Amino acid sequence: MKKVFLLLLFVAVLASCKSDDDSTSSALVQFQFSQNWDGTAVTASDIDNTVYTNENGEELKIARLRYLLSRFQLSSADGSNTLLNTYQLIDLSDASTMQSDSQVTVPEGTYTVSMIYGFNDEDNVDGAYADLNAASWNWPTMLGGGYHFLQFDGMYNVNSSEPKPFNFHNGTARVSEGVFESNFVEVDLGTITIDGDTTINIQMNIAEWFKNPNTWNLNELDTPLMPNYEAQIMMHENAQSVFSISQN
Amino acid sequence: MKKYVLSIAVLTVLLFVSCSDDSNPDEPGYEPIPYTLELPPIFDRINPPSIPSDNPLTEEGVALGKKLFFDPILSGDNTLACAGCHKPANAFTDDATLSIGIDGEEGIRNSMPLFNLAWNTNDFFWDGAANTLEKQVLEPVANPVEMHEDWENAVAELSAHPQYPEMFSKAFGTSSIDRDQVAKAIAQFMRTMVSGNSRFDKYLLGELELTESELNGFDIFMDEDRGDCFHCHGNPFNPLWTDNQYHNNGLDETFDDRGRGLVTGDPMDFGKFRSPSLRNLAYTAPYMHDGRFETLDEVIDHYSEGLVYSETIDPLMKAVAEGGVQLTTEQKEDLKAFLLSLSDPSFINNPDFQN
Repeated sequence: MKKVFLLLLFVAVLASCKSDDDSTSSALVQFQFSQNWDGTAVTASDIDNTVYTNENGEELKIARLRYLLSRFQLSSADGSNTLLNTYQLIDLSDASTMQSDSQVTVPEGTYTVSMIYGFNDEDNVDGAYADLNAASWNWPTMLGGGYHFLQFDGMYNVNSSEPKPFNFHNGTARVSEGVFESNFVEVDLGTITIDGDTTINIQMNIAEWFKNPNTWNLNELDTPLMPNYEAQIMMHENAQSVFSISQN
Repeated sequence: MKKYVLSIAVLTVLLFVSCSDDSNPDEPGYEPIPYTLELPPIFDRINPPSIPSDNPLTEEGVALGKKLFFDPILSGDNTLACAGCHKPANAFTDDATLSIGIDGEEGIRNSMPLFNLAWNTNDFFWDGAANTLEKQVLEPVANPVEMHEDWENAVAELSAHPQYPEMFSKAFGTSSIDRDQVAKAIAQFMRTMVSGNSRFDKYLLGELELTESELNGFDIFMDEDRGDCFHCHGNPFNPLWTDNQYHNNGLDETFDDRGRGLVTGDPMDFGKFRSPSLRNLAYTAPYMHDGRFETLDEVIDHYSEGLVYSETIDPLMKAVAEGGVQLTTEQKEDLKAFLLSLSDPSFINNPDFQN
């Protein structure tokens, strides 16, 4: 009796697989990454060269921009989720980091796209990733450990006689010695319609780091910011509007 | 019975023939013996070493590379070996500020120490002029202020040598010698030079306790508010203790040596040099690309109060307006104690890397 039941179950599973394949076309989804300053593309050639003016009016140059994104997810209206459980360390100076090696196949349809800026608590484990360790991407254990989410270095007041450095680095927030607060962001990137193989371009508007909701005053908050709880939380708040998507 | 004896005889002959095929470079199908790189456990924390597919490590290649590394035959007047400026006791750098070539001339930079190069996926040398370790090997041999040798002459001398032709044949399975094989062999030897057995490594592996001063120094190193050394020199999860990237660390207002800018031509790269590893500092004085600092104290003083501004300064030199991160005397001593805990006596005494 048990055997007959198992056999029936097996047939039922096979049948359900088959009917899925027949009823809906699948599409291959890939992810790529780009950066802009309020809509103007920012690339490696802008490093140390192009002067940008932030919301607070400070003129700055970008020396280094690296950031970590993870857990790219497509959620359909029927409640099913497809998770690309990977992470990407994006480096403005390295074009090879602008495309994820991973991809997913999903049924065609309409999806809400989301991701994690940084690592969530489950993933943000001290020293857990050999490639990120090799990139010295770690966040100091004394500040809660795990990994940086963002490293954005540059000089501001660049047209003055005294340009000054800023180190806009983001990761776990230290409330007090030994007390830490998660600082990752679940970013809702909006809705897309997938009707064939597609590449989702995840854009970072760098200007937004200094803009919304907190207008950033680099003259007051330049460096060091990693141990500064308030600065870490302000970055977290500003991260929400930094990212958006387009489809290729 | 006869048949049985005959079979055994045939089998034995076959075995001998096959052995002979494998070990004789003149026979088709000859392959050198793969070299197993044994890694200290601390290297589990990062990606495996990057060994180029066209130059795998072999027993014969490494042995040849070692012999070449210590042999002055590669210099113009047969007086200077690689090891002359990359001395084992100094973690394979030079204790002279600037190395002296065979004609008595000084180079413009302090020689770089040699260890853990198998993990460098960026370019090589202070300015990244060589994009592979093999290309890096070619340079000093021909450089007029270093070994000042003509490569054709070097290859001719090696070809006429009583031992080298057979060693090259065993390493590369070819009957002739060329400069690329020389570079490959020395690069293989250098990739075996792994250092990962310092006091701090043992501390991380739970094998010993550090002193209070060393631990305080480690905290200063990792604290963005104080030393902030880790952004360029790594952290306990990266046993290389360098990012292998180029930075202007506030040494000069103007540049006699353009550094990375010599390679890229980009004025915004002027004065940038590769971050050296902090391993083995006990043996690698003098410090910086030009060997300007005789002691580790001078290096720490530089980051504490000696920084000067220039247009290409790295923003990670955050306290340049104040001249540096302003460490106290005690903090400096602690930081130095930590830095010295990254030195690895078993590396400089390893018989595999001695002549």
